[in-house]
Amino acid sequence: MSVETPLIGDFQPFPSASAEGSLAGVRVGVVTFPGTLDDRDAMRAVRLAGGTAISLWHGDHDLRGVDAVIIPGGFSYGDYLRAGAISRFAPLMEQITAAATGGPGALPVLGICNGFQVLTEAHLLPGSMIKNNSLHFLCRDQRLRVENADTLWTSDYAAGEEIVVPLKNQDGQFVADERTLDELEGEGRVVFRYVRENPNGSRRDIAGISNAAGNVVGLMPHPEHAVEPGFGPDSSARGEVDLRGGTDGLGIFTSVLKKLVG
Amino acid sequence: MSKKFNIDTVANAEATPGQALPWAELGLKQNEYDRVVEILGRRPTGAELAMYSVMWSEHCSYKSSKVHLRQFGDKVTDAMKEHLLVGIGENAGVVDIGDGWAVTFKVESHNHPSFVEPYQGAATGVGGIVRDIISMGARPVAVMDPLRFGAIDHPDTARLVHGIVAGIGGYGNSLGLPNIGGEVVFDSSYQGNPLVNALAVGVLRHEDIRLANASGVGNRVVLFGARTGGDGIGGASVLASESFDDAKPSKRPAVQVGDPFAEKVLIECCLELFKASVVEGIQDLGAAGISCATSELASNGDGGMHVELTKVLLRDPTLTPGEILMSESQERMMAVVTPANAAAFEAIMDKWNVEYSWLGEVTDTGRLVIEWDGETIVDVDPRTVAHDGPVYERPYHRPAWLDGVQADSFQGSSPDLRAAVLELMSSPNMCSKDWVTNQFDRYVQGNTALAMPDDAGVIRVDEATGLGVALSTDANGRYSYLNPYEGARLALAEAYRNVATSGAKPLAVTDCLNFGSPEDPEVMWQFAESVRGLADACQELGVPVTGGNVSLYNQTGGVAIHPTPVVGVLGVFDDVARRTPSGWREDGQAIYLLGTTRDELDGSEWANLRGHLGGTPPVVDLAAEKTLAAVLVNSSRDGMIDAAHDLSEGGLAAALSEAALRFGVGARIGIDELCERDGIDPFTALFSESQGRAIVSVPRSEEVRFNDMCTARNYPTLRIGVVDTENSALDVQGHFTLPLDELKEAHEGTLPRHFA
Repeated sequence: MSVETPLIGDFQPFPSASAEGSLAGVRVGVVTFPGTLDDRDAMRAVRLAGGTAISLWHGDHDLRGVDAVIIPGGFSYGDYLRAGAISRFAPLMEQITAAATGGPGALPVLGICNGFQVLTEAHLLPGSMIKNNSLHFLCRDQRLRVENADTLWTSDYAAGEEIVVPLKNQDGQFVADERTLDELEGEGRVVFRYVRENPNGSRRDIAGISNAAGNVVGLMPHPEHAVEPGFGPDSSARGEVDLRGGTDGLGIFTSVLKKLVG
Repeated sequence: MSKKFNIDTVANAEATPGQALPWAELGLKQNEYDRVVEILGRRPTGAELAMYSVMWSEHCSYKSSKVHLRQFGDKVTDAMKEHLLVGIGENAGVVDIGDGWAVTFKVESHNHPSFVEPYQGAATGVGGIVRDIISMGARPVAVMDPLRFGAIDHPDTARLVHGIVAGIGGYGNSLGLPNIGGEVVFDSSYQGNPLVNALAVGVLRHEDIRLANASGVGNRVVLFGARTGGDGIGGASVLASESFDDAKPSKRPAVQVGDPFAEKVLIECCLELFKASVVEGIQDLGAAGISCATSELASNGDGGMHVELTKVLLRDPTLTPGEILMSESQERMMAVVTPANAAAFEAIMDKWNVEYSWLGEVTDTGRLVIEWDGETIVDVDPRTVAHDGPVYERPYHRPAWLDGVQADSFQGSSPDLRAAVLELMSSPNMCSKDWVTNQFDRYVQGNTALAMPDDAGVIRVDEATGLGVALSTDANGRYSYLNPYEGARLALAEAYRNVATSGAKPLAVTDCLNFGSPEDPEVMWQFAESVRGLADACQELGVPVTGGNVSLYNQTGGVAIHPTPVVGVLGVFDDVARRTPSGWREDGQAIYLLGTTRDELDGSEWANLRGHLGGTPPVVDLAAEKTLAAVLVNSSRDGMIDAAHDLSEGGLAAALSEAALRFGVGARIGIDELCERDGIDPFTALFSESQGRAIVSVPRSEEVRFNDMCTARNYPTLRIGVVDTENSALDVQGHFTLPLDELKEAHEGTLPRHFA
């Protein structure tokens, strides 16, 4: 059964921000698990980037023909066991895992926060997230460096470019064994790194990584909260912005749309 | 698996009129029990006694406060009702904000549980208020939390701060609700009685309003969400003695345990029910659990209700009928569904994996009949349970000590203004609350236009037009201690001013009245005066109270908390893009002070830092507040100001510091002209807490227009400085210069030093 999430108080039809009509033809699926929180935000980000957002339900068995998938943030199944540990067994995750590992032309997949945790539990990405070293939930505007601008999700950035996007989580400390970390560094699979301050104790300041093919990317900060002027962070790495005017996260969504049209 | 208890049925009650019941242990007074017997014409059954005892409790029946709370209704004029779609009495009030949109909002207390078990107490406080919002048919869109703790350095304060902050974050963050504001106050008066108030706001279309009533004979009654357990049973040890089964556990925790995941699923599932129009009436289960939900739904409907209690899904099969009726297990809802919609209802439950059980149906008997395995254990007129509880005119009188306190005016100053500002801004009440607010998600849902530390939280409602709302909560227990009538008016004035400062037009009020014991005539006087003050002030400002909550018995060892009427004000924006932040950014903009400064240091933060609490609180002039609000809202709408910050606790010194720190932009300020105009000294200019004041930053191009508007409205205005992006300092010329780095370090270091 595939039902759109209820719409009260949100989700007015919103015009696409992009003039490039062709981008609107790209269908990006956004997965909702029970306990997912940032699904509507991720869909808004896709729309603002110019694409078409499709709501996907965790219990479904087909991907509704989407061209890419975003697994958004939240606390799927409450995260009482281990973040993402139950979600990885959802019927839709089997479809996503198969499609994301299909060799050339594999499905682009982005995991944000809880989505990143789900991707590591599903073994689409290595490593794991443990509790922040402060032991507290932390919400703040975070500066990141885009280390790899060659993935499907980062091609609109320049390598080494810095961006500011909100960070908000309780289990955000990325850990992996030394050999895995060396491998990620050696293969250029560290996609985002915390700069100026490591907010949670993540190994080697890692904020986001990709798989070897570069179609699957996961990151802990929330680019979907830095896409719309007036509702983003107060700052940008690109210079002065208006009140809550930071939109540095939009490039993640435009990257994949342009790649898929290209 | 209906376990057979030795059930006290109605037939048994009739047959054994002389059987003693533990009504006193359940909290009922002799006259109240006699009244129950009179209503029923026989002794109550154990289950009936359980229902009456919880529903007639202070918490549920407002028996001490009712006679005073009537003023909120009596003093509402037709003009004030203009935007009111649903008023006091429902789960939450509903306010029309235009374009077919409505907003529902309410603040409630969860004080006592949060002292006993800080994490779960605070968490379930958030959960409870959010369910009130859902049951109105709305999608919850934000929460706020006014918090009050004992002295920051008291040995028990860290336990409460850590637990309560984590509990609010743990629950609210998991629901996907942005936390957009609140308060954090430290005062030894709250030692042993922390105040955990939680406000939630929801959004709906006019046609989607749901009310809690059970109408339509033959419609089915369903309980859904979490299973019913033994948590949150009031008077737990008493109830255990009511049990006839020695094998069952005798001790139950009195604090409910929250499951935010279950609540998040419940939110989405309820919204889908509303969208599919498959529920006729709905009610959340909070205090008094099934007792409350059945009796309120039935008495607000047009008939009666029949319920088979063994159908309730249980976490613990040993629960007795009385315990099931009183359990306050969280994340439960009760709905009334037509038989035709039952299948559609079940499909939505199944989609979200939510458990449900059909308990019974709406009848035309006018009676609430509850059966246990077919035997009648409750047969009552639901109105007598839900609405006809006792009402008390508690005696009250003005405390004799108050004259002495009011005569003890604060006499103090400080020759070193620079050191004084640093001391103030690093003090527990004026320091940065980032350590707390950074543990809350303020981004989720993508509609947050302003949050902490700005004057009000601002949420966009309609993405297409930018229509949105602003919310602020305020209270000052020290002001209320000095004069409860004026204190309540001051709380409303500040919340109203904060909303206007953000640029929104204030529309409606919710309140959470936190006081000591109503059985103490002096506390009762504080309560009566506060209600009178708030009701009068609402009338003068033209904003109605739409709902709220009363929390009494906040006292330990005979010492009551400061009277603390927390007031939340809701305002509306045509377009949230016009909201005004609390800090300036543009070099060269003029800084104006609106309003008049008097020597009003009694009850101030500065006096508090000197350990003084006496005299009379600042004078509140609501006509002036109204004009100031109009000036602020119009300036925001017409683009005449780029920043605005209200003056309240900590006075001009705090406002200037916070406005500079907001974006890390300095200013050059002159206060000598202000001192001359208002006849005050520099210390008073900086630390007085006179009301009706705000600072704004005005672009050069708008200065003439801005001045003209203030002149036309006859509101005192004085240019006191200019924004200075070059010098990263607060430079109060002729008095002191404070580099922003130094100010920031003092401001932000306090909470981490105590709690990190």
